[in-house]
Amino acid sequence: MADILVYALHDDEGNFNKNSLGAISEAAKLASETGGAASAVVVGDVSDDAAAALGKYGATKVYRAKACPEGLAQPIVDVMAKVITDNGIGYALFGGGLLGFEIGAGLTARLGAGVTMEVTAVKAADGKLVAERPVLQDSAIVDVGYVSEPGIIIGRLNAFDVAESGAGTAEVEDVEVELSEWSTKATMVTRGEARGEDVNIEDADILVGGGRGLGEKDNFKLAEDLAGSLGGAVAATRAVVDAGWYPYSTQIGQTGKTVAPKLYLAVGISGAIQHKVGMQSSENILAINKDQNAPIFEFCDLGVVGDLHKIMPKLTEAIKAKKGG
Amino acid sequence: MGVAPGQFPPPFDPGAHVGSPTDPEDERLEAGIVIVGGGPAGLACANRVMQLLEGEPELTERLGEIPVAVLEKGKVCGAHNLSGANMVPSAMEKLFPDLDPGEWPVYQQVEKDAVYLLTKSRAIPLKPPPPNFRNHGNYVTSIAKLSRFLAERAEEAGAYLLTETVADKLLIEDRIVRGVRSGDKGRGKDGGQLGNFEPGSDLMAKATVLAEGTLGHLTDCAVDYYDLAGDAKRWEIGVKEVWEVPKPLDRVIHTMNWPLRKSSKYNEFGGSFIYPMGEDKLCIGIVAGLDTTDATFSCHDLLQQLKTHPFIRDLLDGGKRVGWGAKTIPSGGYWSMPRKLAVPGMVMCGDNVSMVNVPYLKGIHLAMHAGMYAAEAIVESLKADPESVDFSAYEAKVRGSEIEKDLYRSRNVRQYGDKGFVAFGAIANAWLLSGGALPPGHKESEPDAEVPVHLGPAADDYPEPDNELTFDKLGSVFLSGNATRDDAPNHVRIQTHVPREVAQTWVSMCPAQVYEIPEDQLDNGAAEVDVHVTASNCVQCGAINAKGGRLTMPEGGDGPLYQEV
Amino acid sequence: MKICCLVKEVPDAAVQKRLDPATKRLDRSGEKTLNQFDTHGIEAAMQIREGGAVEVDEIVAVTMGPDSAQRALHKAVALGADRSVHLSDDALAGSDVCATGYALAKVLESESPDLVLLGQQSDDGECYTIGAVVADHLKMPSLTQVIEMDVAGEKLRCERQAEYGYDTVEIQLPAVISVGDAINEPRYPSLKAIMGAKKKPLDSKATGDVGIESDKVGEAGSQTQVLAINPPPEKQAGEVFEDEDTNETVEKIVAWLDERKLI
Repeated sequence: MADILVYALHDDEGNFNKNSLGAISEAAKLASETGGAASAVVVGDVSDDAAAALGKYGATKVYRAKACPEGLAQPIVDVMAKVITDNGIGYALFGGGLLGFEIGAGLTARLGAGVTMEVTAVKAADGKLVAERPVLQDSAIVDVGYVSEPGIIIGRLNAFDVAESGAGTAEVEDVEVELSEWSTKATMVTRGEARGEDVNIEDADILVGGGRGLGEKDNFKLAEDLAGSLGGAVAATRAVVDAGWYPYSTQIGQTGKTVAPKLYLAVGISGAIQHKVGMQSSENILAINKDQNAPIFEFCDLGVVGDLHKIMPKLTEAIKAKKGG
Repeated sequence: MGVAPGQFPPPFDPGAHVGSPTDPEDERLEAGIVIVGGGPAGLACANRVMQLLEGEPELTERLGEIPVAVLEKGKVCGAHNLSGANMVPSAMEKLFPDLDPGEWPVYQQVEKDAVYLLTKSRAIPLKPPPPNFRNHGNYVTSIAKLSRFLAERAEEAGAYLLTETVADKLLIEDRIVRGVRSGDKGRGKDGGQLGNFEPGSDLMAKATVLAEGTLGHLTDCAVDYYDLAGDAKRWEIGVKEVWEVPKPLDRVIHTMNWPLRKSSKYNEFGGSFIYPMGEDKLCIGIVAGLDTTDATFSCHDLLQQLKTHPFIRDLLDGGKRVGWGAKTIPSGGYWSMPRKLAVPGMVMCGDNVSMVNVPYLKGIHLAMHAGMYAAEAIVESLKADPESVDFSAYEAKVRGSEIEKDLYRSRNVRQYGDKGFVAFGAIANAWLLSGGALPPGHKESEPDAEVPVHLGPAADDYPEPDNELTFDKLGSVFLSGNATRDDAPNHVRIQTHVPREVAQTWVSMCPAQVYEIPEDQLDNGAAEVDVHVTASNCVQCGAINAKGGRLTMPEGGDGPLYQEV
Repeated sequence: MKICCLVKEVPDAAVQKRLDPATKRLDRSGEKTLNQFDTHGIEAAMQIREGGAVEVDEIVAVTMGPDSAQRALHKAVALGADRSVHLSDDALAGSDVCATGYALAKVLESESPDLVLLGQQSDDGECYTIGAVVADHLKMPSLTQVIEMDVAGEKLRCERQAEYGYDTVEIQLPAVISVGDAINEPRYPSLKAIMGAKKKPLDSKATGDVGIESDKVGEAGSQTQVLAINPPPEKQAGEVFEDEDTNETVEKIVAWLDERKLI
């Protein structure tokens, strides 16, 4: 039997991060399998209602440290270490995202705990948890067990789905935590500043990847329109970046970025391995290419052999309609 | 009719890579003996020098803080080495007399040899195997492994291995070689300086050894400068794969004929090799001349086609490809060696001066022996006079040795490769039966680029890659470990607007898909087309040097990272 | 100011990697190279030194690893570090993140740095954690994924892209900063620096030299263990069809997207 504590990150307006909610949902599921309880920890000025509402996702209890600032890891390490130790909690679970890594790592040191990162799945066995994570460019999955408790599990982005399973509201318990001397040595000057320029394609849920099959630079507009309709971003192959059709910051592949979005829509991309290694972990791969022998058709989830110039505009319209309606 | 690629020479000036140092005197670096090339020749030389210096404390001191420096353009020594190979043990025995062959970086000693004549469906054994294919007593090795082994020992012995370092320019003053200048780093695709640009440095040396291998960059510039050229250099191209296989191979295999075409019209000289690599691996490759006439001839694809033969398929059954690479083999042989192998301040050893016996497929031990002779001659000379630049004793040693004998014996064979399979067979027989006395005289070599090419049907027979048995070029380049940055400076020198046949020759010849004809010009029927170069794909095999282009030195550290090819 | 740069030797990215079925850990034989992200750390240190805002007395490269890790130290020194420290001991073999972070913290303690820099991740799968683990042991503030950093007196002003956008954080020295690759463009070492690297001081330390308790490191001290290595879940072969009637094709795609809750 093991209790699981999940860190729930929120923004300055009190909205909880999707990955945190996913982690709570996952914790609830696992807790029921281990016979323990799932709880959440929040810091900063979180209203009673907002905290209790985490019960919707399966948290039976929410620990709240009002005096602890949100957004920087080390004060939260102090909070979680105390909660874990005081309550004999077996595992700390984090949804994908930078803070999860920093807090999880700090807890590793503080509690002398084992940590697994980039976790894609967690399973329960004999009241204990085993974390699964991909290695070697996703060519193998390792099962990692914990020698002692507590164990720290840091999920990959989008690894845990949000599920409203809970009975209703969670019990909110306020905790007072003395912050470590060094936890107050970092101060947030500006938090979460949006900058117009390059969308970080590594964080996008949906990507439309454009390749040479687009034909010319101007045709990237087709990709942009399609991405827009899906609420995603545009990525590119080495060949088109080489040709100057799209910026290097969007290049995916062996010498570019590695991404694992929920949907990768490859248009006019042959699927050479130099590109494949950068996007093969995408949850869903849809390919449109006029060459039926293109390698991409060997590893996509849905492939359309056809003229992207004909298909893409119609697809964009259809998606807009579907969403609007 | 056909067009000869040689009519479109590359924009390249060898004179630009030979000259005075650039850096002010107090900024120049110094080493005792500088060896350009971290392959078998260069590393045998480095090891031998360090062995000799053990008994020469005075000379060692005079050589300075860095008595021996080896410059290697690959990430590590061995990263750019590729060969068959069946190695004659004599050089390893001489270099490491106290080392048991059990500790050599080899897979096994050759027990059984077999030669097959392939037709489309059959594999006819030739019994007994012709003498030049008999390898009993030799060792199957990978020179990528061999170089790593030699490098480790050289370093332990005190040599400095400067990897990821290219030697771009030969430093010459008063016609004496005084060292080399290393290549720049941090240039962009068009040669401009990027934010982290780092210029090369002048490295001065008491003696310079050029052991650059088949690319022979500085060697060719030096031969041009000192006017030492022998017959035209020529090359074969080899494309090779390593496979993990469940059924161990029990023999060294060479094949002839299929899928190369017999007719002298196509001039397809070469054959395949399949060697066991221990119990669980084997390597398979094709070697083909670069003087072929069909512009669509592609050695990589020919290898893919070879694998579809039932005999070969069976050998690979249940296996998995784990390695791939390509490299040229200098095939000019004896007459293509420069007229002198030593000039004041410098000596040259190995593939860069054609020390390869192609009919016997042997060159590793020759390279190593040459490297050792270089070491001995240089140490002898500097010991007697530390300011000496006369290393001509090296030439004497080589000419009086097994290297000379070996190369001389095969001096007139390869040149007859253009006679077609049957006629060549007869000539080869005469050669073997006469112990090398025949064919007589001095048969001149024609440069590969002078051979006219035309668009032929070779590509019609190449299989579509199925990613299990057969593979495309780009995926293969990935397997070579090539992860060169996309904005690496373009080191390939070719004319970029040429007749279609020439462009197609380059496209097909290159195993790494460096050259492409733009899609909209593929079928437009124009006589001349543009050629697009993706230099970052290049695995630095050197084929373009044979066919009317020129590979200049890329940035150090770029290119493949061969493990065991 | 004294800067310690943590560096790590990792298998070269171009080498086909495999897991050792016996130990169930990454087979670390084969080519190794200095972790590319750590070169950004060294470059950051060099830029602080060359920037002139603060005087940097020493840049020390520190690594934990077997004998071959010395190559990474030579590279670090060729890039500008003044000397290096090699923590090496059989007792450390098989250390997981918890054990490694502890060991590195102890060796760093013995150096008393004002600033510890390292790359935020490495090619062998570890990411975003070692810096924070080390910092907690050292009782120093820490930040990861930093892509911009300015020194002003006893403070650093750092920027990083977090969940909601760019954070600007002020952090007091001494501190541990893990940098992202966007922070700078690492320089190439000059040939002179490469040739001189072996001459720079390299101190080898064993666990006893820096007070590492052996039951907290190595296999024995690791709190995680790899239970199994499995191939990735079989991906169902996807459906591939030809676009004959584009309207129908588009309908089909939209239905597929809808089914997977992608729109």
